[in-house]
Amino acid sequence: MSRGFLRQPQARAGLLLSGIALLAALAGPLFAPHGAADFVGAVYGGPAQGAPLGYDYLGRDVLSRLLLGGWSVVWMAFSSAFLALLAGTVLGLVAAYAGGRTDRTLSWSADVLLAFPNLILVLLVVALLGRDPWLIVLTASLAFVPGVLRLVRSLALGVAEQEFVEAAELLGYPRWHVLLREILPNVLTPLLVHFGSMLSWAVTILSGLSFLGYGVAPPAADWGLMINENRAGLQAQPLAVLAPVLMIVLFALGANLLAEAVARSNAGTEQR
Amino acid sequence: MALTWTLTSAFGTRFLALHGLAPWLRWLGGRLLAGAGAVAAISIIVFGATQALPSDPARMVLGPEAPESSVLTLQRQLGLDRPVAEQYLRWAARLVQGDLGSSLDSHVPVLQLVQARAGNSASLLAGVLAVVVPLALGAGCWLALHRDSWFDRKAVSALIALKAIPNFALGIGLVMLFSTTVFRLLPAVSLLEPGRSPWSQPAFLILPLATLALAGLPYLIRLVRSAMIEALDSEYVLAARLRGVTERRVVWTHALPNALIPAIQGLALTLSVLLGGTLIVEVVFTYPGLGSALNAAIEMRDIPVIQAIVLLVAAGVVLINLGADLLTVLLTPKLRTALGAQP
Repeated sequence: MSRGFLRQPQARAGLLLSGIALLAALAGPLFAPHGAADFVGAVYGGPAQGAPLGYDYLGRDVLSRLLLGGWSVVWMAFSSAFLALLAGTVLGLVAAYAGGRTDRTLSWSADVLLAFPNLILVLLVVALLGRDPWLIVLTASLAFVPGVLRLVRSLALGVAEQEFVEAAELLGYPRWHVLLREILPNVLTPLLVHFGSMLSWAVTILSGLSFLGYGVAPPAADWGLMINENRAGLQAQPLAVLAPVLMIVLFALGANLLAEAVARSNAGTEQR
Repeated sequence: MALTWTLTSAFGTRFLALHGLAPWLRWLGGRLLAGAGAVAAISIIVFGATQALPSDPARMVLGPEAPESSVLTLQRQLGLDRPVAEQYLRWAARLVQGDLGSSLDSHVPVLQLVQARAGNSASLLAGVLAVVVPLALGAGCWLALHRDSWFDRKAVSALIALKAIPNFALGIGLVMLFSTTVFRLLPAVSLLEPGRSPWSQPAFLILPLATLALAGLPYLIRLVRSAMIEALDSEYVLAARLRGVTERRVVWTHALPNALIPAIQGLALTLSVLLGGTLIVEVVFTYPGLGSALNAAIEMRDIPVIQAIVLLVAAGVVLINLGADLLTVLLTPKLRTALGAQP
């Protein structure tokens, strides 16, 4: 990452936006005035003293649920993106370096998985097996693995043809050494960019899942679930929907802007 | 996708020993075979996923109070006592004949249920494409011709931001803007009259269509923009300019056709993303398409309907990619001759 990274307006905007969402999600629970399931006001009550965002469809404090409801989105998004990064990198390196039948089989499997739109794959598994948070994380990461695999594979194929890799092979270094010490470092930056995009997709998928009612189980607080619960009262209490929508957008947008900024600071100044 | 597909089609050609045929036929055959293989694998995944269901379908149909003996009888009637592989083959055989079973919930044949909904979703997607394709081409080319201007830089940033916003957030934002909170111009829910084409009820179509268009546009505009920039910077465009070809001809007949080729793959990707997006957007607007049908089926654990819709969508994605690859080869002189020149 170059020193000019923070000078880009996109990098600063990305840090600011995702920072707000992360702060609300991580530190929010410390400041929530009420519990997630406390009935403290009128059903769909508007903003009032001590409740700047009003009350939800059961008369619970929207601000409290907003501060408590980010954690589930954040940890699940980070874990699914991270797991996909690990598994996809390993498989992609193996495919690129082993070549032949291993490569063809792995690439073909990735294509088959890619034929399922992400959300549908996750919905299928969650609908049939239940809404255990780790199951959701695992399926979401499974939906991301093919993308990482193909990225790492094509990057590694490019690097593997370069002279320093050949040199390492001629020097008799073992295969794992060549993979980890020569090839992996050269694909790290594009992977970081991809990780940022995956975070943004993961937020979209996970909150979409909650929005459809298959994510975190009520009465727990969760941004996607809050949208789902309060949608019927959109006319009377728009804040109960608008607030969680904005938090999700901040997080997804921030992660995406950061990814773009990393990509750009490494590609030079040309916007492509 | 193209690269890996080419690899997999190499699989197919070897398997079928299509060596004697014309090269392009061989390529097409291999490609179709790889596509069919993908659909078969998808059907195994879909079938396998429904096999993993913890509850017993026979027990679910009969209810918890039914005696064990009648559950066993129904299991035998449904073939549930057979090995899994045999169950899959029977299921696949019926599938090929167009028999998708009947809904566990409404007892209507799945085919009938899916057909009506698929028509509505297809209308919606066709409308989205009719908006997105010309807009993306126009805006992408315009930005490429004015690259690095103030407006171009702002537009690219705005597109990056727009792309990151989840579909349902876009949809809810539009509803708040046009139906509930700011203006009250359009219906917030798309309660289409059944049996009539969505196009005869355009007020219900506008907001879902706009949501999906906004979701699909940013990626495609940026793709066209960068493909066009690449074409404009290429040596053949330089050569045309040096020959004194007018700028308008350079743009329209030299650069644009070459910039369109990556746009085809991009459009295929956009379409498959939109297929996933319709799921959420249809639920946001209660639009009676495949997405809301899948959502309802999942709520009712209506397995035959879930299987049919997931299979249909995934097979649709495979078909879209196949079509895009075919178009790409047909429209790329280099690839066309490369296929023709193969020994």
